[in-house]
Amino acid sequence: MNCDEASVLMHALIDGELDAGHAREVEAHIAGCPDCAARLREFQDLRKLMTPANLRYAAPASLRARIEGKLPAPVADATSRRSVIKGFAFGAGASALAASGLLLMVMRGDEQKRILEEVVSAHLRSLQAQHLIDVQSSDQHTVKPWFNGRLDAAPPVADLTAQGFTLLGGRLDYVDAKPVAAIVYRRRMHIINLFCAPAPGSGHLGAVMESLHGFNVRRWSENGIDLWAVSDINADELTEFGEKFEVALKQ
Amino acid sequence: MMVGGADLSGGGAERFKALALPHLDDIYTLARYLMRSASDADDAVQECYLRAFRHFDTFRGGPIKPWLFAILRNVCHAAYAGNARLVFKAEEEAQAKPVWGEDGDTPEQAMLRRQDSEAMRRLIGELPAEFREVIVLREINDLSYRDIATVIEAPIGTVMSRLARARGMLREAWIAAEGGGVAP
Repeated sequence: MNCDEASVLMHALIDGELDAGHAREVEAHIAGCPDCAARLREFQDLRKLMTPANLRYAAPASLRARIEGKLPAPVADATSRRSVIKGFAFGAGASALAASGLLLMVMRGDEQKRILEEVVSAHLRSLQAQHLIDVQSSDQHTVKPWFNGRLDAAPPVADLTAQGFTLLGGRLDYVDAKPVAAIVYRRRMHIINLFCAPAPGSGHLGAVMESLHGFNVRRWSENGIDLWAVSDINADELTEFGEKFEVALKQ
Repeated sequence: MMVGGADLSGGGAERFKALALPHLDDIYTLARYLMRSASDADDAVQECYLRAFRHFDTFRGGPIKPWLFAILRNVCHAAYAGNARLVFKAEEEAQAKPVWGEDGDTPEQAMLRRQDSEAMRRLIGELPAEFREVIVLREINDLSYRDIATVIEAPIGTVMSRLARARGMLREAWIAAEGGGVAP
């Protein structure tokens, strides 16, 4: 075997694709050829740099939903169809009752939807490289003071590592054209952005779970601060995050 | 409704979903490396799944992944028909989902790991298309030479020689990037 042949076959050797006979031939050549031996080592080193876990991409939840939506759904049975029709009938009656207050509801809804969209956009922006974190630390006592002088009020920061949400750091971001604090957490491979905007006068407002473009958003208000937790983790886990965060702040 | 042996009503769709959807991340990964942007990759993956479903009756059993990869590859090539070669824009990396190291990494370790991974993704993305696809199928999607040969419709010998050249190019690019201070 010459070096040209070995230089191709060594890849099949690395990949475990050679039968025993060919593998022995390639190994024999490499054992007697320092150049090919050096090359083999280089390619083995190169492969160590290519950890699949770090080079893979995860399909966005929105894409999965889009595909599932385009495939035929299982045939619905008659009962469920009837209840849908009943629901429509009830809905029409309810709409008539609510008509007087409808305009106000639509307007408020639009405003909330716009902010929801901004929050999700800010989350998406943050997933861009080098954009996630301004102050990188797993220590809440480093993250919180960093916002001094950057925001009127320091945001609440809680260390939830023990609860399975790793604190990665913080970032200054903008929502509704106002500077807000973004506290960044990680759950397994998923990023959670917690946006905190001062909202003087807003008291306690219970959590609402919403979903947009495949991201879940948990929104609530506490002590004059509006909070939005945004992530692609499922709603149950995001609820768990929000509840743990609320508990940690009360301690 | 039965079409060519495949039940394309709800029942067939359920079987298709159960077989094909678990591979969505794999298919999406190849699409991200083959297409110009994340949104183009989204579109290609969606088209791949719809096409696969329409032609589910031609799927002859066995592992479904190479079959899906082959369809995706055709979709991507069709999207670029007329272009000299598939172009990968490094800026699009910016929209990549961050991939963090193992749990237990400090943020500092995770950042280093991420920078290395980003450099490697960029270098793979800059390979010519015929070399890029074999690297992604082999190193990231862990396909055997036989399966890669099915996907790219080429003999196994071609798979082997392309992979050898692709790794050679990648090695040189990595060394150049490190030496030139491009890679972190």
